[in-house]
Amino acid sequence: MAALMGTVRPSPGGASPAVLKPGAAGIAGRGLFASWLSLLVALPLAVLAWHGLEGGPSGVLAALELPYAWEALQLTLWTSAVTAILNAVMGTATAWVLVRYRFWGRSLLSMLVDLPLAIPTLVAGLMIVNLFGPQTPLGAWCKGLGFPVAFAVPGIVLALLFINLPFVVRSVEPVLMDLDPAEEEAAVILGARTWTTLRRVLLPPLAPAIAGGTLQGFARALAEFGSIVVVSGNIPGRTLTSPVFIFGEVEAGRTEAAAAVSVVLLAIAIGLQPAVRWLNRLAGARHV
Amino acid sequence: MGIRVEHITKRFGSFVAVQDVSLQIRPGELSALLGPSGGGKSTILRIISGLETADEGRVVIDGQSVDHLHARARNIGFVFQHYALFRHMTVAQNIGFGLEVRKAPKESRRRRVADLIDLLGLQGLEDRLPSQLSGGQRQRVAVARALAPEPKVLLLDEPFSAVDAQVREELRRWLRRLHDDLHVTSIFVTHDQSEAFSVADRVFIINEGRLEQSGTPLEVLDDPATEFVARFLGEVNVYDGRVHEGFLRVGPIEVAARDVADGTPMRMILRAYDLKLWREEPGVGVVRRVLLLGDRVKVEAVLDGAGPLFAQFPRRSSLLKGIEPGCRIAVEVSTARLYPLPADPPGP
Amino acid sequence: MSDARPDPFRTRWLPRRVALLALVVAWMALLLFVPLGSLGVGVWTFGPLAVLDQIGEAGGWPALGRTVVVAIVSVVLNGVVGVAGAITLVRHRFWGRRLLDMLVDLPLAVSPVMTGLAFLLVFGRGGLAEPLLSALGWKITFAFPSLVLATVFVTLPFVLREVSHVLVELGTDEEAAAATLGASSRQTFWRITLPNIRHGLTYGSTLTLARALGEFGAVLVVGGAIEGRTDTATTFIFTAVDERHEPAAYGMALILAALSMAFLVVLERLKRRQARET
Repeated sequence: MAALMGTVRPSPGGASPAVLKPGAAGIAGRGLFASWLSLLVALPLAVLAWHGLEGGPSGVLAALELPYAWEALQLTLWTSAVTAILNAVMGTATAWVLVRYRFWGRSLLSMLVDLPLAIPTLVAGLMIVNLFGPQTPLGAWCKGLGFPVAFAVPGIVLALLFINLPFVVRSVEPVLMDLDPAEEEAAVILGARTWTTLRRVLLPPLAPAIAGGTLQGFARALAEFGSIVVVSGNIPGRTLTSPVFIFGEVEAGRTEAAAAVSVVLLAIAIGLQPAVRWLNRLAGARHV
Repeated sequence: MGIRVEHITKRFGSFVAVQDVSLQIRPGELSALLGPSGGGKSTILRIISGLETADEGRVVIDGQSVDHLHARARNIGFVFQHYALFRHMTVAQNIGFGLEVRKAPKESRRRRVADLIDLLGLQGLEDRLPSQLSGGQRQRVAVARALAPEPKVLLLDEPFSAVDAQVREELRRWLRRLHDDLHVTSIFVTHDQSEAFSVADRVFIINEGRLEQSGTPLEVLDDPATEFVARFLGEVNVYDGRVHEGFLRVGPIEVAARDVADGTPMRMILRAYDLKLWREEPGVGVVRRVLLLGDRVKVEAVLDGAGPLFAQFPRRSSLLKGIEPGCRIAVEVSTARLYPLPADPPGP
Repeated sequence: MSDARPDPFRTRWLPRRVALLALVVAWMALLLFVPLGSLGVGVWTFGPLAVLDQIGEAGGWPALGRTVVVAIVSVVLNGVVGVAGAITLVRHRFWGRRLLDMLVDLPLAVSPVMTGLAFLLVFGRGGLAEPLLSALGWKITFAFPSLVLATVFVTLPFVLREVSHVLVELGTDEEAAAATLGASSRQTFWRITLPNIRHGLTYGSTLTLARALGEFGAVLVVGGAIEGRTDTATTFIFTAVDERHEPAAYGMALILAALSMAFLVVLERLKRRQARET
């Protein structure tokens, strides 16, 4: 499923002074492009939103009161948040290691950071089941410890950590590359300890990039379906996430409920977009 | 507070960046490390500051060895080549950072920052971010930040390289004045000889990790100790020959080489402005071209039996009268230097 | 110019640096290497030839073929639309440009399951377009066209955004120079613009290809994974897991994983080439 979601770089936004005066072909192309986007993207999503909002806001609330819908949304939100934050820490560390250290295997490591974006997430889920499934030694051992991974919440977390992995790394890396190590040296010479240097000199310029990457990872995790559907076991009320819930409702022919829950996810996703754009711009503007 | 650098050597892998360099910097002096890029000057500066550790040798500041001290404990001011201002802090926050991390009381910190802002002429810029400053202003903020914790020593790494030529001239004068006011022992690195000679009290010429010569600007200019220094300090003419009966003769030029055995290969170096030439028949050479270099004129000639000769004169010099391509000239050498010829001569 | 140090990034391996590197490698191992390796080991224990047989028996090859066709169609369609759209969005200013710009990013923000649902609501039974479709006698949902539609939607932004970035960086100097030399706008496009954006186009196309091969949620919902008609490589895996045909599922998964690794290598090369040329 949404394998490469979000590998796309942020839109260049307003930063493009080179503008052309279009000819007739340009204007025709503009019209075609606008119609294509409207038919392919705007229309289906508008229909989805329309369908979901048919019953008004109370309809959406009613859908959330369906059995397990609310639990699914809660589960989706908290697992996405936790994994996004974990990867904010590990992603920053990974970017640091990749940019600042020179070691054997560095370029391989750097390449593999993108693996979660290139591999079908269904396959990623399958890998986790293969490793931690109840019939495997590792899975049985975890289960024996009272900490089952596959078909349980830890499996969801593991899958989302996998999906999330590249976002913070890739947003922090370019900013870090632009950061002059002399700034850290300046702080040290002025008497700052390692921790102070980290907190006062390094983190502030990186903060927008870290936050932007984290939000992107969070949004990406909210939408995740392929890996979750095989890893989680989809036990309603316990390991059923919202995208899987929507899938179940569609399969059962209850498109109204599916659309209503979709509206909630869609609202969150679209609501996050401006924040991501703003943070990306901030991160970009900081490395002049 | 003097600085003594004793026999330091620094290798990066197989590359020797600094080789057995010793420097003696007197208290209160402004010294320049001068030499071509990649010659190890910045590495020496970084070793003094503690950002880099020497493989051999030691650094003594104010009579005390500092080799065991971390960079943050040496109390040294350092101005980085591209300033390395903290991009997310205002001018005032940048200047105050060193005091803040040393936990100086807020009130004294505020006063010190205000003093430095006055001293360096940064009034009105306190709340700007580095990205909102001009190159010259950034430079001054960087110096103010380095001076704030009252360092014993101020080190500047190519302090003027990142600003354009006009501002650079102004900043040089400003740095010299600042130093005359404060008398902090200072070292700056530069690859620009006019910068070193116009600002520094003492110049150390560094090439390929070695110290070639040290002295006041005049000493170095008047008496270059090595062929490298002579060549580095301006345009020169180079002629090789063998000593014969106490003289080295190259074409019409003859220089005394006392106490040198006959047949020894020697190299003669004539500076382009240590020459006189005038129109004369039959003369010893012929002018090829006359080039105008702003306020100076360069004459390219060919000496009979010696090869090309380059000479420079002030534009209004009376010697230039009648000098034009194709005319014959006489030449007089006011100063020439002889250096032993290396076994395999270096390229130009 | 300062003295160029031989390698400014030469790492001095202090204990805390070793520890941080070890932590990062361990993290990547837990999330990436070990699961990937275990998939390989799993297929190996089933026996590679037996796995290939099982994939064939379960009807995996036609599904993979269908996926490849869908992916190629998506690359071509999104290649053309992406280049045209990028030029429109970067080089032109017009009313509604920002709105279109936002629309381009939407497919990334939407869960593929929701994409599938949205297309069902438009083209499916009782959907908005049903009268039109039945009048024409076309069937889209639970048929091949829906797979293409969903995949094109999901991969819409990749070429467009990559090419946009190249266009922004390029500026219009070269195009203007060509125009002053008398080139028509068509000549300018083919001789100047296209060669300049070719790396961005290839990069975006590779992303599109990888993403199209791995698309699952949307094609599952909109196509229904009907065996022999709308099942794809990924829905084949899903069905095989469901029906406990593990060897077939793992085998197909390994094929897709290997393909994604190949794409990663291609992307890495493209990145390096671009870094060299700029």
